[in-house]
Amino acid sequence: MASSHTIVRVSGVTKTFRMGRHEVQALRGVDLEIKAGEYISIMGPSGSGKSTLFNMIGGLDKPTEGKVFIDEVDIAQLDAYELAWLRNRKIGYIFQTFNLIQVMTALENVTLPMTFGGMSQDDAVEKGIELLKLVGLEGRHNHKPQELSGGQQQRVAVARSLANSPAIILADEPTGNLDLSTGAEIIELLRVLSAERGVTIITATHDYKMLNVSDRVIWIVDGRIDRIENRADLDIQVGEIKREEARA
Amino acid sequence: MAKTDILDKKPGDAGIRKQIVLPFRKSLQISLQSLRVRFFRNCVTVMTLVLAVAFLAFVLISSDLATGILNSNMPGCRMMLSKAGFDLPEGATSVGSSAKDRWIVILSLLVCTVGIVNAQLMSVTERFREIGTMKCLGALDSFVLRLFLLEAAMQGLAGAILGGLLGGLGALLAGLLRFGLAAAMHMPLAQVLASLGLAALVGMALSLIGVFYPALVAARMQPVEAMRAEE
Repeated sequence: MASSHTIVRVSGVTKTFRMGRHEVQALRGVDLEIKAGEYISIMGPSGSGKSTLFNMIGGLDKPTEGKVFIDEVDIAQLDAYELAWLRNRKIGYIFQTFNLIQVMTALENVTLPMTFGGMSQDDAVEKGIELLKLVGLEGRHNHKPQELSGGQQQRVAVARSLANSPAIILADEPTGNLDLSTGAEIIELLRVLSAERGVTIITATHDYKMLNVSDRVIWIVDGRIDRIENRADLDIQVGEIKREEARA
Repeated sequence: MAKTDILDKKPGDAGIRKQIVLPFRKSLQISLQSLRVRFFRNCVTVMTLVLAVAFLAFVLISSDLATGILNSNMPGCRMMLSKAGFDLPEGATSVGSSAKDRWIVILSLLVCTVGIVNAQLMSVTERFREIGTMKCLGALDSFVLRLFLLEAAMQGLAGAILGGLLGGLGALLAGLLRFGLAAAMHMPLAQVLASLGLAALVGMALSLIGVFYPALVAARMQPVEAMRAEE
């Protein structure tokens, strides 16, 4: 079954940033395995290194030491073309700040990855319209990002991340810039996608609403994995976690 | 290392090169769209080029016109040219621009280059996030570079055409005022066209030179860096 094989493997990853004369260690050795079809949340306080880990998994940044494997292929070994191909076909990105291209309409934003992927214009438009319908934005194809609300922009971003039917969707604080109910809608949308399409979803977040839909939650503290929890254990602990955080 | 189903369909290098594409028509469309959205800003950038090209064309064509008059062997033409301020050594067959003119032209072009580089640097910098996003969606470095070069080429073309027209007309009018109809009658058409072409070419080149470095830097950025840069 698809759910049995490892799609992301992180082994011994460290990352050091140079800030002027200081060296800041954002990650201090992370090992992690993610199975295809899982819904994973990476949680942790600001500055814990979760975004850094997240960028490594997405091939957006290179680790200082250690390796990241996407489907058992070491992404450090890929050349520029292969990396672009990976980002284009296999990974869909969703960002906290939506990052739609401002000069393009919703539909053009969604079809851009398909164009890069070599799809013909007609097919891309057809699929783009279908995807916008899927995220509940029917009839807003020709709106520019400025003409859409935050929640709607994030929906466009979700549609865009699905453009080339990726195996993995990486969402970096997808609800960070949204209000409670809009955030909940986006989370529900991701949950449905994960359940219906079998897409592996990896989110970096500190939104507790995300916990209820995650298969596993990975807690990052101070550049290391603090603990990994399955959803079954989670419901009991949510209250405790909150208290712990409050005390800290 | 076992390659399983995600990457095992991956064909050889040549295959991948073909799999990530940005058709020329699409890049043209994206560039035009970006230009249209930032219309006013682009007008200012293009104005810099227009002025530089116009000045260059004016100087070149003025001296072409003067040469035309000189070679017409009209009685009193040397007197007329000297009076108009052209340096004419005995026995000269063409009117070159004076050293002072050349310096002014070179200086104006230098100032224009700096202006263009500045404008293009701004325009690339404010679009770091857009570039980063495109790279996350699978754009290659060359796509980013191509988009910016296309934009600059279009700006350059517009600037060169407008500037050439403005400078050429200006020189013609000035010639008519100074020398009367003789200027038009003895105009060496081929040389005037060559001068126009040269001025336009310089304008295009300036625009491309201005955008090349910032675009190259932007295109080579890691996507995360590009997206962080703006914040």
